[in-house]
Amino acid sequence: MSEHAIRVRVNGEDHTETVESRLLLVHFLREVLGLTGTHIGCDTTSCGACTINLDGRAVKSCTLFAVQADGHDIRTIEGLEDGDVLHPLQEGFREQHGLQCGYCTPGMIMAALPLLESNADPDEATIRTAISGNLCRCTGYAQIVTSIQWAAAALRGEVVATDADADPVWQPAAGPPGY
Amino acid sequence: MGSIGRPMKRVEDRRLVTGRGEYVDDVPAPGALHVAIVRSTYAHARILGIDATAALALPGVVAVVSAADLGAANGPFPHPTWFPPHPPLAKAVDPFTRPERIWLLAAERARFAGEPVAAVVATDRYLAEDAARAVIVDYEPLPVIATAEQALAPDAPLLNPEWGDNIAVHFVIGAGDVDQAFEDADIVVRRTLRHGRAICTPIECRGVVAIPDRRSGDLSVWSSSQQPHWLRDALERTLRMPGDRIRVVAPDVGGGFGLKSMVYPEELLIPRLALHLKRPVKWIETRRENLASATHTRDQVHEIELAVDRDGTIRGLRDRFVIDGGIGSVESIVVPYTTACHLPLAYRIPTMRIECTVAVTNKAPSAAERGAGRPEAAFALESILDEAALALGMDRAAFRLHNALRIDEMPHDHGILYRDGTPLRLDGGDFRGDMSDALARLDYDTWLAEQAAGRTEGRLLGIGLAGYIEGTGVPPFEAANIRLDPSGRVIVSVGPPSQGQGHQTTLAQIASEYLSVPVELIRVIQGDTYAFPSGGGTIASRVIVVVGNAVAAAAIELREKILAAAGDQLEVAPADLEIRDGSVVAKGAPDVSIALTTLAARVTPGIGRMGSAGPGLEARGGFQPPTVTFGTGFHAAIVEVDPDSGLVTILRYVVVHDCGRLINPAIVDGQVIGGLAQGVGNGLFEELIYDEQGQLLTGTFADYLIPRATDLPTPIVIHKETRSERNPLGVKGVGEAGTVPGAALMLGAVRDALGQAGAGLATVPVTPGRIVTAIQAARAAGVPVGHAG
Amino acid sequence: MYPPAFTYHSPATLDEAIGLLARLGPGAKLLAGGASLIPLMKLRLVEPTDLVDLGRIPDLASIEEVDGHVRIGAMVRQADLLRSPVARSLALLGDACSVIADPSVRNVGTIGGNLSHGDPANDHPAIMLALEARLIARGPAGERTIAAADFNLDLLQVALAPDEVLTGIEVPLPISGQGTAYVKFERQVGDFALAAAAAVVVLDGGLVTEARVAFTNLAPTPVRSPAIEAALIGRAPDRATIAEAAQALVEIDPWADLRATAEVKRAMARAVAERAIRLAVERARRGVQS
Repeated sequence: MSEHAIRVRVNGEDHTETVESRLLLVHFLREVLGLTGTHIGCDTTSCGACTINLDGRAVKSCTLFAVQADGHDIRTIEGLEDGDVLHPLQEGFREQHGLQCGYCTPGMIMAALPLLESNADPDEATIRTAISGNLCRCTGYAQIVTSIQWAAAALRGEVVATDADADPVWQPAAGPPGY
Repeated sequence: MGSIGRPMKRVEDRRLVTGRGEYVDDVPAPGALHVAIVRSTYAHARILGIDATAALALPGVVAVVSAADLGAANGPFPHPTWFPPHPPLAKAVDPFTRPERIWLLAAERARFAGEPVAAVVATDRYLAEDAARAVIVDYEPLPVIATAEQALAPDAPLLNPEWGDNIAVHFVIGAGDVDQAFEDADIVVRRTLRHGRAICTPIECRGVVAIPDRRSGDLSVWSSSQQPHWLRDALERTLRMPGDRIRVVAPDVGGGFGLKSMVYPEELLIPRLALHLKRPVKWIETRRENLASATHTRDQVHEIELAVDRDGTIRGLRDRFVIDGGIGSVESIVVPYTTACHLPLAYRIPTMRIECTVAVTNKAPSAAERGAGRPEAAFALESILDEAALALGMDRAAFRLHNALRIDEMPHDHGILYRDGTPLRLDGGDFRGDMSDALARLDYDTWLAEQAAGRTEGRLLGIGLAGYIEGTGVPPFEAANIRLDPSGRVIVSVGPPSQGQGHQTTLAQIASEYLSVPVELIRVIQGDTYAFPSGGGTIASRVIVVVGNAVAAAAIELREKILAAAGDQLEVAPADLEIRDGSVVAKGAPDVSIALTTLAARVTPGIGRMGSAGPGLEARGGFQPPTVTFGTGFHAAIVEVDPDSGLVTILRYVVVHDCGRLINPAIVDGQVIGGLAQGVGNGLFEELIYDEQGQLLTGTFADYLIPRATDLPTPIVIHKETRSERNPLGVKGVGEAGTVPGAALMLGAVRDALGQAGAGLATVPVTPGRIVTAIQAARAAGVPVGHAG
Repeated sequence: MYPPAFTYHSPATLDEAIGLLARLGPGAKLLAGGASLIPLMKLRLVEPTDLVDLGRIPDLASIEEVDGHVRIGAMVRQADLLRSPVARSLALLGDACSVIADPSVRNVGTIGGNLSHGDPANDHPAIMLALEARLIARGPAGERTIAAADFNLDLLQVALAPDEVLTGIEVPLPISGQGTAYVKFERQVGDFALAAAAAVVVLDGGLVTEARVAFTNLAPTPVRSPAIEAALIGRAPDRATIAEAAQALVEIDPWADLRATAEVKRAMARAVAERAIRLAVERARRGVQS
């Protein structure tokens, strides 16, 4: 067993932490940094729920030790929003009902992100291949594919998010109680 | 504009796409201890002793707990999800079924490889896993019952010696004089069909976090569960602690599909350890544990025969099927009976006799998972229909159309009982129309020609055809609370949790429809026994039917209260008021109005004055389903089989689907397409394989394959809306329907592609290995590959 | 999911790495991309005392042409190999790099790790056999080259001493008239092969002058088939000749597993061989540098 001081840049922020050699990167992100948007779904690098971007590439963070990430740049699902504005991929998954339970979704989005960064208009087969290392048990993938297509179109400036935000938005009560 | 019927974006999604979901592994539990479970390495063994000395000496280890340490608290307890047949069914059919029991940890015997034997509690999961490997269990191997066939052999070793045999469930149902029908019919076709053992594997595995409250001694439990209320009840019994002191929450749940509808030993064990150690305790399942120890499903062998006349008319159906139940059919007759009573689908089958036996073996327990016995029924029936059409020399589609029930024949009584003991009466749905629509959308005739042309070039194209019915919205009844808050927001609380079905959106749409309050201002709280104390779980495609109608009833009652309260304030008769744009407005006099926020504040306890609406703008509604309501539909697909690799490519997939009134079409699409993916998985990929020693050979996702994005096409989905007359909303459940025809469809399509060479294919998943084996056997016998017949 | 404890080392130079291996003894293992090793550790099927990470040693991840060869650094990742010019000039490398594991795994998995692991289910070993590549190993005594044919000794055993590091692979540059292909039958993305074959053919005047065919995942090591090769040499590679040559396969005796019976695998081996040869011949004819 050994311990190591590592320095990683995660979602644009530098972190210096001491980790045990065997700590998996996914556990480092989830438990040390509290970034629980990255999930775990298998033991065998099969499911991709833990997919993040390492130096701009999609990788499975369950199959890397945290020490290996020393000096590298990491982006997780938590690093996609720009303030309150969702990334087009996040918007696309909402628009096209690309998620159900949401458990695979961060991994799917992080697998799709490098694709859209290198290909402005991927066809269906290209998208399916890009996410072929990511398992989803809810959707049957069809609406994930259209979500990614929607995001590509949004990045090309061809579509924008529809109607009002359907999230609950709290409005303070109108006035003092009257009786 | 009403909210029902709109493909609204989901209110759940902003959290989930930004990584702010809270699944059980994300629940904050400061200072939690972590559990690693020592699981039996033998399928069947006596446990002679457990030596934890070495484990206890390892760093971070707090405790190692075995059955002996727990004493009476270890059980056995009556299994929380086992229940006897409904009295009317018991009276009419009298199914034989044996009560199941549950132990927190295996006591004298381990009964399957993967059964929990001891729990190691440590300050960190890595350390707990280190220590779990240092626990020495002294096993004396016992004879293994590796298959249902072995279990039913006369000299079989017994899983439960007190039973005297290995039969967990047995029953026979029937309609009409089937033996006479078989004698009278022109042709009888027979087939032995096997549906492999499967597991529905949500991507999030199971997990439990239990946190005792230091001050009160109460207990909070978070579990990745479809059944938090049943878990609360089970904890009440096993912990001997009043249920009102136990809060069970199903937080965001990463998929369920039935696997999380059972109450598991670990869900009883972790809270027990938390109470004992007076610390938060956490256990998150690994995928290997999940495949080995969560409930399995399917694994049926059908000996099915069909009697038909030369003109294609079905005279009768006989089926004997055996289920490998593993160590127990922990939901009693749910799966076996559901298979049996769905076997006729929506075909005109005047006589039938169906016999089911569930055998116990040394494998993980079995229970309902997506489809709950219906996929096996569709698999058996649609496969024998294909064989019958071939034997008659009839086109498979024409044969089906000839026997499919038309909408003008509804309601149709199959002459058997549903699982609730009521007559199985299909309540509408245009099954024949679904079929002809699917055939048209598929371009069936064009593909027949394409197939014939392909055969001359050695291309193996196959057409799959399979329909389904699904009894949905099973009792017990459900209730919902709804209230208008002075903030103007509407809060709906219900019992059953969500595992991705989008209830927080669809139930809000239903409430919105009746209250004219926008969905954005409606919040749905679910899956928390402290927020709503009762619920029958999110299972059996029941929530939109049973809970949805309860929400509608509650919303209607709240609307009446709002109008009554506004009537007081505005001095207008409630009948002359309506809710519009956040206010109650007098019809025809828009300036006579009161904002909902103002109204709520005026009549809310603590700040307002009690008027004719009573103590606050709050209502409760419930819905008791009379029995299930049937969804129907038909799937059709084209596949191409590579004869060298045995690989199957799905070229086209058409779904015609009728789940009554659509609340949110986008969500229904998602349920249907996600469902069919699991059906295709059953048909082509998924198989839990055990060896003769009861060891699971497909124990990781590297061996147990589930469909990937590259394995599936984008299907064509056509919705029809035959409203249910069995509930006010007119809805039918949709969660499982998409899965039901998949296995039948894939086997039928591959068998069709191979032609005569496919005659021996009778097992799903129909894998490359099985396909190439069939082709080799055909070639050896001089049978052409890819020629009709 | 929770790997056992080990001591991590991240040497800055190759010599340092070799020194560590020598000092730490047989319990130590090299860590390249981790795509094979880490899953095994998570399942606790492998429990090394020490891991020596090659990830911080410069110059192991380059691809260069030297003296009629392409030298591929051991730490070149599958995804980078796929995008490199060599994946076009030797098309079978491109074929393989698009079917190894899945796209995310290919972003970490390395060619050196794929070879050193000694797993016959990995795709590069058969390719290296068919290319007659040379593997370059460095140990305390310096550098040596190992012919691909001598590299795989048995299941999970390769001809590397415990203190040797595979630093790169030398692959002969394609010659005129050469075509290559790799064809894999896999149940789905990420699965190991039902059967896969690498083929290298050289055509001259319409006849096959060189042929090398090797197989993945049908024996404890990758296997070459001189019988198929002999059936091609000197012949005009039309469809019938290729089909007949593929049937000549005698060198493998596959085992049954969960994927298929031995009989089915034998048939699949012949089928992948036929397809790989056909594709290699097509490419040779098209004059695609390959």
